[in-house]
Amino acid sequence: MSGQSWRRMLPHPSQRSRALHMSTRASAMLILVLGAVFGVLMGAGSAGAQTDDSGPQAIFGQLDYEDVEVQEDIVVPGVIIEVDGVGTSETDDNGEFRIEVPGPGPYVVTLDVDTLPTSINLRNPENNPLNIQVREGSDQRVLFPLIEGEAGSGDDSGGVSFRRVAQLTAEGLKQGLYLAMAAIGLSLIFGTTGLVNFAHSELVTWGMLSSFFFNFYGLAGVIGFLAPLPPPFGGGVNLILAAVFGMLCGAALGYVLNRFIFRSARQAGVSLIAQMVMTIGLSILLRYFFLYLFGGSPRTFGDYAAQRAVSIGPIELTPKDIVAMSLSVVVLVAVASYLEMTKMGKAMRAVADNRDLAESTGINVERVITWVWVSGAALAAISGVFFGLDQVKWDFGFRILLLIFAAVTLGGLGKAYGALVGALIVGLAINLSTLVIDAEVKNMVALLILAVILLFRPQGILGQRERIG
Amino acid sequence: MDWGFILERTISTMFGVEVMVFALAAVGLNVHFGYTGLLNFGQVGFLAAGAYGLGITVTYLSWSFWIGILFGVVYSIVLALILGLPTLRLRADYLAIVTIAASETIRLLVRWRRSKEITGGAEGIGEFADPFYDVSINPFSVGVRYEFGPFSYVGRDMWVLTVGWIVLILTVLFVKRLMSSPWGRTLKAIREDEDAARALGKNAYFYKLQSLMLGGVIGGMAGMLQVIQKGSIQPDTFNPVITFTIWAILILGGPGRTWSPVIGSMIYWTLIAFLENVLRDLPEGASETLEDTIGLSDFNISQVRFMLVGLGLLLLARYRPQGIFGSREEMALDDR
Amino acid sequence: MTADQPAPAQPVNPVAGAFDGVDPEPGVPKPDPILVVDDITKHFGGLRAVDVHHLEIQRGAITALIGPNGAGKTTFFNLLTGFDRPDSGSVYLNGESITRVAPHRLASRGMVRTFQLTKALTRMPVIDNMKLGATGQIGEHFWQALLPVWRRQEAEIEAQADALLERFNLTHMRDEYAGTLSGGQRKLVEMARALMTDPTIVMLDEPMAGVNPALTQSLLGHVKSLRADGRTVIFVEHDMDVVQDISDWVVVMAEGAIIAEGRPDDISADERVIDAYLGSHHDSDLFEEFENEQANEQDNEPGSPDEHA
Repeated sequence: MSGQSWRRMLPHPSQRSRALHMSTRASAMLILVLGAVFGVLMGAGSAGAQTDDSGPQAIFGQLDYEDVEVQEDIVVPGVIIEVDGVGTSETDDNGEFRIEVPGPGPYVVTLDVDTLPTSINLRNPENNPLNIQVREGSDQRVLFPLIEGEAGSGDDSGGVSFRRVAQLTAEGLKQGLYLAMAAIGLSLIFGTTGLVNFAHSELVTWGMLSSFFFNFYGLAGVIGFLAPLPPPFGGGVNLILAAVFGMLCGAALGYVLNRFIFRSARQAGVSLIAQMVMTIGLSILLRYFFLYLFGGSPRTFGDYAAQRAVSIGPIELTPKDIVAMSLSVVVLVAVASYLEMTKMGKAMRAVADNRDLAESTGINVERVITWVWVSGAALAAISGVFFGLDQVKWDFGFRILLLIFAAVTLGGLGKAYGALVGALIVGLAINLSTLVIDAEVKNMVALLILAVILLFRPQGILGQRERIG
Repeated sequence: MDWGFILERTISTMFGVEVMVFALAAVGLNVHFGYTGLLNFGQVGFLAAGAYGLGITVTYLSWSFWIGILFGVVYSIVLALILGLPTLRLRADYLAIVTIAASETIRLLVRWRRSKEITGGAEGIGEFADPFYDVSINPFSVGVRYEFGPFSYVGRDMWVLTVGWIVLILTVLFVKRLMSSPWGRTLKAIREDEDAARALGKNAYFYKLQSLMLGGVIGGMAGMLQVIQKGSIQPDTFNPVITFTIWAILILGGPGRTWSPVIGSMIYWTLIAFLENVLRDLPEGASETLEDTIGLSDFNISQVRFMLVGLGLLLLARYRPQGIFGSREEMALDDR
Repeated sequence: MTADQPAPAQPVNPVAGAFDGVDPEPGVPKPDPILVVDDITKHFGGLRAVDVHHLEIQRGAITALIGPNGAGKTTFFNLLTGFDRPDSGSVYLNGESITRVAPHRLASRGMVRTFQLTKALTRMPVIDNMKLGATGQIGEHFWQALLPVWRRQEAEIEAQADALLERFNLTHMRDEYAGTLSGGQRKLVEMARALMTDPTIVMLDEPMAGVNPALTQSLLGHVKSLRADGRTVIFVEHDMDVVQDISDWVVVMAEGAIIAEGRPDDISADERVIDAYLGSHHDSDLFEEFENEQANEQDNEPGSPDEHA
């Protein structure tokens, strides 16, 4: 398939990555201008006599928030806005809403906070409802500044309430579980080959993007003439099926990378350091290939995009999060049983533990390494799909690279269960850290963890001191 | 297509600002990786440290530009200590992990909303470089274009280039002198086998820390020159791709050789400039075809460039880790 | 280096008779110990790698440390030379504690070691390998390195290095990359390089391992010549014939502990030693692999996750 055809088919061509290069201010201006033009046109279209002072006017606006990790504005669809005594409206796919009002005068506008996505809140909850004045002859824009995280956390770090701790623990657990799936593969690849794979985060992105792709286009996206056929050949498939495709794509990429790049490098005796540089090169190659195909804008999967959170005690989670978290637990338990019970799983641990000893007992080390790459990449891909439930982005993996490494180092490089424990700790630590620091810089906590563990227990919490010679 | 124009533009690149800045940054990485064997995957962090050390001193502290330069050096040393102290006692991979993570964290830290007062946040810092251009010994006029045969640069760049190339050449000679001393010999011994060096009484940890600081300061100087030329400091210019470009340049030239960073940088940027100039100057039909078939346009051409950097790094590390000029003999000696 | 090159003339043994009257018992005191080990233990996970109650090393003698594979010889060596830290216990060099002293500090105290897998610095010329060994170099300090203040010392070091290369029959390889040398030549370079530190005690980890048998005699001659220089030598070996030939005293380790000590003749007649060798030889494949694996690790990895200093 050609990159162009994929790009052309993407849902929001206007949000192509060109926008990325504009400064935030410029894009804000643009949105303002477009919004105004849009408003005028809509007004003209619906009323037909915008110039007439007595004609209907409207209250309008757009809901968005800045994603602190990617520093980009994300629009929020599906939120209900009500103008007292006039009517309600739901924000559309561009996060825009528009409610016509009978004429100039004071109005009370209310944002239904229950319809906001989880973890998105009003920056100033005291300004809801909002009293506004609609002047003659012009539509009135209203602003509901939104923020990721708790309300008011932009100005102070918020209080430490039980509710908040519970919510952050849940979020941390979620992130930790997804992270664990990415980290285990990295740790096993290191354990069996000694290679620190800096391209592992790209395997996470790969899983995310390929499932996105199948979610929207099915196999026809790859093989054009299948288009008339029914899904999964013709059109997009449900995300659940797409996730399975994503996982298979992950496994396939893992196989290809090992078979055609790293196995031959090992056999040619390329030093581990040179191999590490190779993974760095591979990582950039893949990342910018993803950008080239996918564009720079973040997107969401076609299914389950705007779900409302349900409350479980003090915690609010969307159903998709609950399902994905449960599935992660299932996957991780399956991985553990695989490592404990199957012959291949035991062989993986044996090779990671002591390669030469394993080889001498008749284990085919190359075969084990192949499986480690395939299953590690598949796990990374699932992790990518789950992370993608929030947002799909071309460089997502690289953004969590630090977290993956912190998790793996914390648990002890090369230890599969160490990576699991490390990932959960990292997930919890960075999310709970937002009790005291800005969400924007929470990932730095991972760096701190990394530095502390290297200073005081470089072998990781589950690792043992190794012999030198 | 105007080949004359393409060639002229390409040749001008050979001594341009990018070549100079990246060569200097690669000299720093050469000290780290080429001579000491340190896996620094976050060289861009040192560029940022230098740039912000300068910018913050001038705009936030309102001290003079020249003190700012000093602070750029100090920031780089501090960063080297932060990165090195926890990791340099450990296996080499840990430095790699920490540097790649830290350089990206630095970018997030300086563009953080709450650092805005000091670092300018996402908008960065401007208006700090004027004293550099206003010095009385600057013989070039800002508005004038200077041409020497195929080379053509504006006056502002002429001054940066003059100073930059002098700094670059002096730095290369400085590093050369150090590396031919017993100090440099010890670094190379550590690169070859750290335990052997330690058994012979060399404090490998301390030498590695010194090496990290030296290469870091050189990286910091590259960062300062870069932002002086730009006239502003933008946090997002310090992204990880810069580090990997520097790696590609170093391996292209051959790590552990005196002039390899300069040669590598020239080759790299000349190739890139040639490629971009050709692609941008394609006849209408050809560029249309490219856009229609593979979606290549002016706008995403830099993405292709980064893909090539990645591919190049992958292939070089795989097949010619000793650089394109390195001998086979030396390659056979490479610790494998 | 070829087999027909003459081994150095057999030097006289300056410590002949030093062990008269010393009982061949583990932990026995020596007349003039240079190195004393007390209650050293080291565990890896649940595995007890080293557990030595008391050991004294006689000054000026050649002491062999032998034992079956997996006996903990190399680990014990690492503990003595600071490359690994003991869980408990102490080591004294000339009466001063060197327990937990960083390895690089030991060189200036007169202790130097070599490695089982030769650590020739492959991409450096032989002469630079040698010059590296000299201690107290002015030019190894960053700022002094920039000034010509170290040139005179460098010339002296170079002369010293050339003399040692001559002694080890390596002069013809002086300017070659160390990576181009044969295995035996690398062993020689490593030994000569160690001598550049002018050590009082030289610790050789399997100096004959991987050396062409034709070279063994020449290497043994060089080891004896160290004793003739008045240096103390400790070496790890598992070939009993080699040990018989050159050592004045033999220490036998098995499963981390010292099970016997004595003159070579005492040891070859010792039942416990024979048991340790034969008893563990037929069921010690696992340990053997362990040791090989350690050796490979040493070769492949740039360092270790453990703290170095």
